[in-house]
Amino acid sequence: MAIELPENVVVSKLDELASWCRKNSLWPMPFATACCGIELMATGASRHDLARFGAEVFRFSPRQCDLMIVAGRVVMKMLPVLQRIWQQMHEPKWCISMGACASTGGVFDTYCVVQGIDRFIPVDMYVPGCPPRPEQLIQSIIDLQDKIQREGTITGDEFNTPQRQQRKRALLELPILGQTPYFSKT
Amino acid sequence: MPTRTEVLETLQDEFTGVTASEFRGQTRVVVKAADLFAVLESLKNDFAFDLLVDITCVDYLQYRDATDRFGLVYLLANTQTAERITVRVMLNEPELTVASAAPLWEGANWLEREVFDMFGIRFDGHPDLRRILLPEEFTAHPLRKDYPLQGRGERHNFSVITRGEA
Repeated sequence: MAIELPENVVVSKLDELASWCRKNSLWPMPFATACCGIELMATGASRHDLARFGAEVFRFSPRQCDLMIVAGRVVMKMLPVLQRIWQQMHEPKWCISMGACASTGGVFDTYCVVQGIDRFIPVDMYVPGCPPRPEQLIQSIIDLQDKIQREGTITGDEFNTPQRQQRKRALLELPILGQTPYFSKT
Repeated sequence: MPTRTEVLETLQDEFTGVTASEFRGQTRVVVKAADLFAVLESLKNDFAFDLLVDITCVDYLQYRDATDRFGLVYLLANTQTAERITVRVMLNEPELTVASAAPLWEGANWLEREVFDMFGIRFDGHPDLRRILLPEEFTAHPLRKDYPLQGRGERHNFSVITRGEA
């Protein structure tokens, strides 16, 4: 079957077109609670220029954003706020956990610091570092763009797969001082 | 202008069980919990210690040679002479209540709330003794030495949001 097409017509899949549009205009929601937030600002500023990757429009309203960048430690008093902001963002939405504290709690293994936001909200990309360089954050955004292009569908079905539905980590795996054998032997 | 020794002598004359000591130019006074408010009032009104720098607390649980559990510390300063004095009250469970210093210094309000939040020491006559840093539903007092560093699971006690729910 041959269809005559003019030269300026490109044939693609609708899913890929939608993903291409989405990945090139990510609107970050800066959830900056600590020193990672400074690197996040540097990433958006002129030297590192996040605009080159189409993600320069930081908005402080979750209704306008589709990429949450959690930069910094999240304490137990802040976590309900984080969850509410995440729920207020429109689909499709993604989350980058920036830095050691947001990903694992970092050095703050104390009673009030949440040991990784992925225990309570879905996370798509983790950026290691304390704090990460802007280059690392930019690399994570490029990787996230690849992921969106690779998996994205126009209906958002990729978010409903069993892998994405699963809780990322068990809640009780961490030893608690004085209550678990790991610590009681010292 | 009363000198430092006069301050200490007056306190020791007026109140029983007041011990004073000096270390590298810092004056420290240990008073009984019942006398605390009167001592602070005297220091403020008679000796012009008009600035309450800080109220804090030390938990001496398992501290070597310690006989009392908590040391409640008031740091006062005289803004005219730049003199400073440390007032300390030793407290033991279950009597963890002292008189509030809020009638003397307005600034004591939040300082006492912080001590209450972190150590569970109650202040009689405080206008609004609520937690100041931790969430209202928190039950423990985490700067006590018998509270585990990593908590009792408070940091895990949240609902999990998956992709489907959001």
